Amino acid sequence: MFDTLSDRLENVFSGLRSKGRLTDADIDATAREIRIALLEADVALPVVKAFIASVKERSKGAEVSKALNPAQQVIKIVNEELVNILGGETRRLQFAKTPPTVILLAGLQGAGKTTLAGKLGKWLKAQGHSPMLVACDLQRPNAVTQLQVVGEQAGVEVYAPEPGNGVGDPVSVALNSIENAKHAMHDVVVVDTAGRTGIDQEMMQQAIGIRDAVQPNEILFVIDAMIGQDAINTAQAFRDGVGFTGVVLSKLDGDARGGAALSVRHVTGQPIMFASTGEKLDDFDVFHPERMASRILGM
Amino acid sequence: ISKEQLDEDDWEDLEDNLLQADVGVAATTHIVEQLRTKSKVLGTASPDQLRNLLADELVEALSPEMDRTVRSKSTDGKPAIVMVVGVNGTGKTTTCGKLARVLVGDGNTVLMGAADTFRAAAADQLQTWGERVGVDVIRGPEQADPASVAFDAVKEGISRNVDTVLIDTAGRLHTKIGLMDELGKVGRVIAKHKPIEETLLVLDATTGQNGVVQAKVFTEVVDITGVVLTKLDGSAKGGIVISVQRELGVPVKLVGLGEGKDDLAPFDPREFVEGLLANG
Ligand SMILES: Nc1nc2c(ncn2[C@@H]2O[C@H](COP(=O)(O)OP(=O)(O)OP(=O)(O)O)[C@@H](O)[C@H]2O)c(=O)[nH]1
Ligand SMILES: Nc1nc2c(ncn2[C@@H]2O[C@H](COP(=O)(O)OP(=O)(O)OP(=O)(O)O)[C@@H](O)[C@H]2O)c(=O)[nH]1
Ligand SMILES: [K+]
Ligand SMILES: [Mg+2]
Ligand SMILES: [Mg+2]
Repeated sequence: MFDTLSDRLENVFSGLRSKGRLTDADIDATAREIRIALLEADVALPVVKAFIASVKERSKGAEVSKALNPAQQVIKIVNEELVNILGGETRRLQFAKTPPTVILLAGLQGAGKTTLAGKLGKWLKAQGHSPMLVACDLQRPNAVTQLQVVGEQAGVEVYAPEPGNGVGDPVSVALNSIENAKHAMHDVVVVDTAGRTGIDQEMMQQAIGIRDAVQPNEILFVIDAMIGQDAINTAQAFRDGVGFTGVVLSKLDGDARGGAALSVRHVTGQPIMFASTGEKLDDFDVFHPERMASRILGM
Repeated sequence: ISKEQLDEDDWEDLEDNLLQADVGVAATTHIVEQLRTKSKVLGTASPDQLRNLLADELVEALSPEMDRTVRSKSTDGKPAIVMVVGVNGTGKTTTCGKLARVLVGDGNTVLMGAADTFRAAAADQLQTWGERVGVDVIRGPEQADPASVAFDAVKEGISRNVDTVLIDTAGRLHTKIGLMDELGKVGRVIAKHKPIEETLLVLDATTGQNGVVQAKVFTEVVDITGVVLTKLDGSAKGGIVISVQRELGVPVKLVGLGEGKDDLAPFDPREFVEGLLANG
């Protein structure tokens, strides 16, 4: 077993007598190693296939055959392609011309939405904003209490007119939250929602209802960095359902390679904006595409 | 007209199917190789036959003969202890609630211990589950030492003479050494009262290749005796459990099929494999 793609490719190339030129067979062998590395990093198979095709194309070109060390050159190409996909144009949060700016959080169960609401609240407050968190998960046991605790930790107001645990209508809470924020002079509203699977039509419809009620400036899709091949289906389902304008990758403090970043970006084109890196409210950062590329490749 | 001959595309489809279900490169390669040999011997001709052969192979890989009952009764006259562990957000607290429901339904008396004293409102969440399923919850003060809450719950369970005590623990990434040590301590402190019958590792079906590392590291601090695969009601297939089962040598015992109180079921290898191979 080779730990890194770098090791794997060095091994492929060490078998070659002439290092100056890559034959088609060399390129195929290289492609196989890249494929394995990406799959082990949980990049979704269709994305791996598309990615390999473009790397193969470039590897046949002059830049590799002229290189002194083709292995390093191929790795450089792979890395560049990854950063290209992951980075694209990085952008900041869009703020509304007329406050409040509304940020809606959506994603699978347990992805890290409620924690992120607290993190965003704290982060926005530190930047001079006056954020308010809205408790629209009225389903999961004590999601409202959790948001209240997190809001308190962040020193941010929480709008939670309904107790939750099955009581209250999230769409009307969402609707009323905006008036409330205006009255209380909050310039940013972060709406926490219940977790839902991509194939739960009813719950996706509810998310759409919340969205239409608050007219968000940003819809952030929160996804767990440990997710595997399903990232692609889920990202597509959320894109086609509630829709999203940006991605937040959570639990990056673990050791999952996080290939989902590539999958989600590839299938939806939406930028990855933030990285969530722990359970505490400060464990939060803007997304760094280069770091992510190295991480996916295990370098 | 059905094809009479298997070609490389058929094999590739089959391999893709496994990879997209999170079975992983190594396990997929191994399974496909086994299958090539078998199919040669048997003279498999059609993709349909091949698919059936694959299903059998996967069921076999899941060791269907393993005992998958949850050890919720002890023989020492004290309550059986069932501890629930895993990384953040996989469904531990929900599984405690659902499992309590099943046990109560089977006529057992149950107590739950809220040994997640860290996460915001975790004990409240377990309490709500307790109310839902008619089970008392022992909780400690906020930020209390989780081991002492677990200890108290077990002590209370013994004095009330219940059949089972379920211990919910905080989610923790296996990479956090301090938190993993803390979990080890929870296990050791409970063991001062009596041995733990069952330690369930809760794994989210959406988890990719990281699942194997999680399983490995958790077994280093607690004695995992079974796996619960949650969120199988979503689009994820949960194929990583094939490698996890092999790595741990312990079976998947339960599956989570939703957020409701009755959404917990015994793991059935054949049913799981059918879901894994189904399209979509
Ligand atoms: N290690 C780590 N844990 C995290 C991170 N973000 C969230 N968590 C933890 O993950 C678990 C789930 O987080 P939540 O914020 O409740 O997730 P959610 O998406 O709101 O969950 P639902 O509302 O149930 O869908 C909790 O234990 C959090 O503490 C992170 O970046 N790193
Ligand atoms: N769809 C679905 N959701 C589930 C299932 N099991 C749990 N959930 C949801 O997943 C989210 C996280 O569940 P919890 O039980 O809080 O997970 P946990 O492992 O206790 O989380 P932490 O204590 O924060 O680590 C909640 O929204 C649950 O309702 C399941 O089988 N299917
Ligand atoms: K499924
Ligand atoms: Mg939440
Ligand atoms: Mg919990």
